[in-house]
This record gives sequence, C-alpha cells and structure tokens, in this order.
Amino acid sequence: MYKIINTEEIGPKIKSYEIYAPNIAKNAKVGQFVILRINDTGERIPLTIAGTNLEKGLVKIIFQEVGKTTMQLASLSAGECIKDFMGPLGYPTEIKKYGTLVSVAGGVGVAGVVPVIKELKNVGNKIITIVGARCKDLIILKDELRQQSDSIFFATNDGTYGIKGYVTDILKEVINKEKIDIVYAIGPVAMMKSVSEITRSKNIKTIVSLNPIMVDGTGMCGACRVTINDETKFACVDGPEFDASLVNWEELISRLGLFKNLEEIAINKFKHNQGCNCCKK
Amino acid sequence: MPERDPNIRKKDFEQVNCGYTQSEMLKEAKRCLQCQKPLCIHGCPVGINIPEFVRYLSNNNPKQAVIVLKQKNNLPAVCSRVCPQENQCEKFCILAKKNESVSIGNLERYAADTTARDDLNDVIINKKDIKIAIVGSGPAGLACGGDLLKMGYNVTVYESLHNAGGVLRYGIPKFRLPKDVLDLELYNLKKLGIKIILNTFIGRTKTIKELFDEGYGAIFIATGAGLPIFPKISGENLNHIYSANEFLVRVNLMHSFDFPNYDTPIYKARNVVVIGGGNTAMDAARTALRLGAKNVKLVYRKTENEMPARKEERIHAKEEGVEFITSTNPLRFIGNEKRFVKAIECMKTELGEVDNLGRRYLSKIIGSDYIIETDMVILALGLHPNPTLPSLVDGLIVDSHGYIITDDSLMTSLPGIFAGGDIIGGATVIEAMGMGKKAAEGIKKYLKNN
Repeated sequence: MYKIINTEEIGPKIKSYEIYAPNIAKNAKVGQFVILRINDTGERIPLTIAGTNLEKGLVKIIFQEVGKTTMQLASLSAGECIKDFMGPLGYPTEIKKYGTLVSVAGGVGVAGVVPVIKELKNVGNKIITIVGARCKDLIILKDELRQQSDSIFFATNDGTYGIKGYVTDILKEVINKEKIDIVYAIGPVAMMKSVSEITRSKNIKTIVSLNPIMVDGTGMCGACRVTINDETKFACVDGPEFDASLVNWEELISRLGLFKNLEEIAINKFKHNQGCNCCKK
Repeated sequence: MPERDPNIRKKDFEQVNCGYTQSEMLKEAKRCLQCQKPLCIHGCPVGINIPEFVRYLSNNNPKQAVIVLKQKNNLPAVCSRVCPQENQCEKFCILAKKNESVSIGNLERYAADTTARDDLNDVIINKKDIKIAIVGSGPAGLACGGDLLKMGYNVTVYESLHNAGGVLRYGIPKFRLPKDVLDLELYNLKKLGIKIILNTFIGRTKTIKELFDEGYGAIFIATGAGLPIFPKISGENLNHIYSANEFLVRVNLMHSFDFPNYDTPIYKARNVVVIGGGNTAMDAARTALRLGAKNVKLVYRKTENEMPARKEERIHAKEEGVEFITSTNPLRFIGNEKRFVKAIECMKTELGEVDNLGRRYLSKIIGSDYIIETDMVILALGLHPNPTLPSLVDGLIVDSHGYIITDDSLMTSLPGIFAGGDIIGGATVIEAMGMGKKAAEGIKKYLKNN
C-alpha cells in the first residue's frame, strides 16, 4: 500500500499528489513515469513523475480527471492509500547542454515539462518556454515555469491569458527570431504533432514524451507500441521519449481511442455509484 | 482423465479436466509396474521419484505421496496441470510402448489437490543467516526460492507486477490453472518463510548494487521472457491487433472478462484470428471463445505436426470449436478507414527439403494469396528477452539475442549473480523450474566457497 501524503488542487479537476514511495523517490530521474492501480478491481495507468522529495521519500504525480481511474484517484484524500505504485519506468530524459532549448507544454503536460527544464537549465541551456491551455484557469504551475525559464510565452484558445491562439503560433515566431538547437514538447497528441510538423520543416531536433495506452508498463504486453521510423517500438521500455519527426502520429491518435466506448461505460458507472453513499468504494 | 463437455466448458473459465475420483486414482496408480530401473524419472526435468509417489498413491496415501513430490518440486499442483508429461515422464514409461503409459501427471494432480490444505510443509532446520534475493516470482524464481528456503537460507522474491506467479498468473488461463491453486502454492511457500515483495522492478525501483549493499549474498535473475514478437509486416499496429501477452494479461491478471466490475477493458470480438501454434496460441484462442467469440481461427505457418503446442491443448481447442488453418502465413493486415483491422492477407506455404541441421525449409506457394476477414487478431509468435534489467547492470553479458549468458552452475558473468528460466532461454514451466533448482545448488556452492 502506498500512502497519499499531500493533495493539492492546482487547477479545475487537476490535482497534485505526493505519494510515499521511498525506493522510487531515490531512483527516479526526470522523464520517467510510474504505473499505479488504485485497488484490487482497478486498472493500471501510467503517470509521469512530476517531482520527488528524497528526504521524505515522496513521489509527486499531477493528473487531470479525464477517465474513471483519474476521477476515482481525485476522490481520495491525504492519508488514504493506493494499492499499487510502481516505477520509475522508461528511459530518463537525456540531460546535456544543447544551447537554446524551446520547451512546449500543453495542458497537464506542464507537469512533465517543469522537472525536465529545471535539469536542462542547471546544465547551462537557455530555456524558452511556450505554454498552452484552453483557458487561463487551466494553466498550471505558472510560477514554477517562470522560475525555470529565461523567457516564457502563453497561449489560450479563448485569449484569457497570453495570446489568443495556439502554442504553434508562438513557436513559429520564436523560430523565426532566433536559432533554436532543440525543442522539447509534452502535451496533447494533437499539439505534439503540430509542433513536430513545424520543427521538422525547419530541421530542428524535437523530443516528445508519448502517452499511449499501457497495461503492465514493463515491456511485457506491447499495448503501448508506437511506430517510430517505420519500426514498432514499445513506449514503456524504448521510450517514453522519441524523436518527434519519426513518430507515426495518425496511428498513435487512433490507438489512443481504442477503448473509447468502454471507457465511457466505466465513467458512467463510477459517476452513478458516486451519486449515493451506499455503494461508494 | 474425465473432462467437461466442450460445449459447456467453452462458455466459462472453469477447469477443463475434472480430476480423478479416489477409485479412478487407485485404478491408475496400480497400473504402474514399479520398474526396478524406472525410466520415467529420467524424463522428469526435476528428477521426481515417480515410482515412489505412485506407490504411495496405490496404497491410498496421498499425504506421503506429496511429501515425495515436494522433495523435488515445490509446485506439484501447478506442474501436474501445465507440464507436457507426454514428452517427459510419460514418454519414458515402459508402458508407453503399448501406448498405455501411466497417467503420471493426473496422479500428481490428485496427490497435490487432495492434500493442498493439509499442513505438510517440512519444518526448516539448520537456518542460516544469509539473505538471497530472487528477481521474478515466476516458475524459475519460485523453484529456486523454495529450494534455497529448504537449505536454510533467508529468501526474498522481488516481483515487478502487483501479483505474484509470473506467467502462471498473467499467462496461463484459469481453465488450465485455477488461480486458487496457484494462490495455495504461494501460501505454502510463504508459510515456509519466503518473502515476496511486489511492485518492485529490480534495475529501476531498486538496483542490483542496492541489493548487494543491503546484504544479499547472492542474486538469482528470473525475469522471464519479455517483449512479445511482432511479425514486422504491414498493418501490425492496427487497432484490435494484440499480442497474446496483452490479451492474456488483460484477461488473467486484470480480470477484464468481468468489465466493468473490473476497470480494465477488453474487446469482445465476434470473429477472431490467432496467429501461432504454441501453447500460448491455444490459450489465446480458447480464451477468445470464452469471451464470446463466434468464430475463432488459428493460423499457423506449418502443419499441425510441427505445432509446438501440447497435443492435449490442440485437442481441447479443436473440441471447443477453434478452426485450424495450417500451412498459412500472414502477409499483411488490412484496416478500415478508422484503422481497425478488418482482414488478413495470407499465403499458403509448403514444407520443403530438410537441411543438414534437420530443419525443414518453408516455402511460399506463389499466387496462393487469399483474404481472411476478421474483427480481431491475436499474435502468439513468441517473445524476445526483456533488455531492461541486463542493460542496467554493468558487466552482465548477454548473447546476440539478449539472453543472459551463464556457466554450468547458472552463474552469470558477474560473481554472485545467477540467472535462469526464460531470460537465459527456455520453453516450458518445468524447464524453468529445473533451472531454478539448478541455480539453487549453484548458489549454495558459491556461498560455501566465498
């Protein structure tokens, strides 16, 4: 059992938890993820490690309520436990000096970007950050992003914060103004795909962190397979980071929707059970 | 052994074989000739004294029979169900010449099942203050751990998943190995003193160096076969094409057959094609039937004679309605506009000349292409070793395929680190268990000399 030590609501339906898992906290590196399962009937889902507290043995996860499992996770309080919490999994981000780096973060992707740019800044990279969300409220970790960035730009779909538009609008401008050595992007697949299209045409190396459906997360099942440069790779053991220009995006988008109907059933059942107290949990 | 009606059993996940009654058991046990020089023992990868346990059974003494079994085999209830006895002990039975070999596996199952809840475990004398870490709780790890426990060592097993048993848990379906049988075997090992720590991926959650720093005297790596093989043909990542591992993990480990009471989803297709000819292919095909598929086809590149699956499994699959399409190779998978698989383009093959190594070439018959329509494809083409742990240990040598290289005692290139089971190359549960036992001997010798 893995105890939830702190919970914090950092945005609408977006929560940050710290979980007591000292072994993971000790060995985790930026860019890696965990697999968790809430209880005996739960499913296994991957979440990016958003930070660690080595002294206290804590691992931070940040998640948005989008499916049944994240909704159920959000209903837990500090002091309650998660049944299974395993990691750190996947290859860590390669931390080295590139020069000028643009980090592009969309939605809760910000949670994965913050620890990465912190490390990359530490080794002397200049960090330009571009953040996108549907509206102002959905921009999370603003202070942390500012702190780790040499310059920062915001885009919202409705214009409530930063420019009205998309991260790609800003990215194009940044690329035109300045020589960029590398781009690092985490966010919705459609965003990462658009970023990749822009940078590929300019020959700028771009790293993305992919989030396909996973089951075991250790290489055993192949649910998370993605096509990279026409070859089948497993995001859990070969990734989760890949060269964006080599990713088959259409396939990834399609595979993410594989169980849409069934996910809907699970969500409805969960919401129904939440309505009354007799069958809660 | 009596079996349940195929038309009934294919609709549930209960066991296929019913098990002997006492009188059936006695009748079978008494057929054993109690040979002076028993050959059956040579066919057993763990060297069970077969005539002795059968003799106890023929005297209706299953308690004593199981004590004999457990001298060599920590998991008799499991092995009696999943061992390919027809290629091992039963093949060497003197009566096999007349095609009437004693049903050793069925007798083992009777002994194990009727005594499962009895307190039979040996009390461990001569306890040593030496800790040993086992990586992986599958057959190799449990066999090694069980033997080391009996030698008096302090054994901790690390498992990366949330439940123990390895392939016995996630791979082999309930209708072949009920999970309460596995749970009971694990319970008995725990009672004997084995510690099992879940959710720990050695190499990532905890490193090999950390294990040594914590005072473990030796480490046994039994991480099993890892990555499922994909055929590298067009369309292999279309939706509703699964590896057999994913399909079976969803059903066996995650209980997706009971969705939405369990959260993990599974696609219940009407038409399913399984590609492969091993036991895993049979398990996948029969599981698909039990999830409600109306048509399950099994496509295999050679003829049925070449299939690696056990004869019993092939017969069970056919009885339940799995259609075998042999000498057929998939060329590509065809999807609809939404990237869901809708058909497989196949080609007929024929067995050619035998080469000087005794292997038969497979040639494709030109112009024999045809289409099989389907809603779902399950690929059971075998596994590559998982590279993660070996890649994280400096100096651990693997071969060109990624299997860990070991010496005769199963020690790896690094002193104190042993390896066995599918991560060094193997095929069956009992072979993995045999390697686990061998490694336990190797570890004992190593610890004495160091």
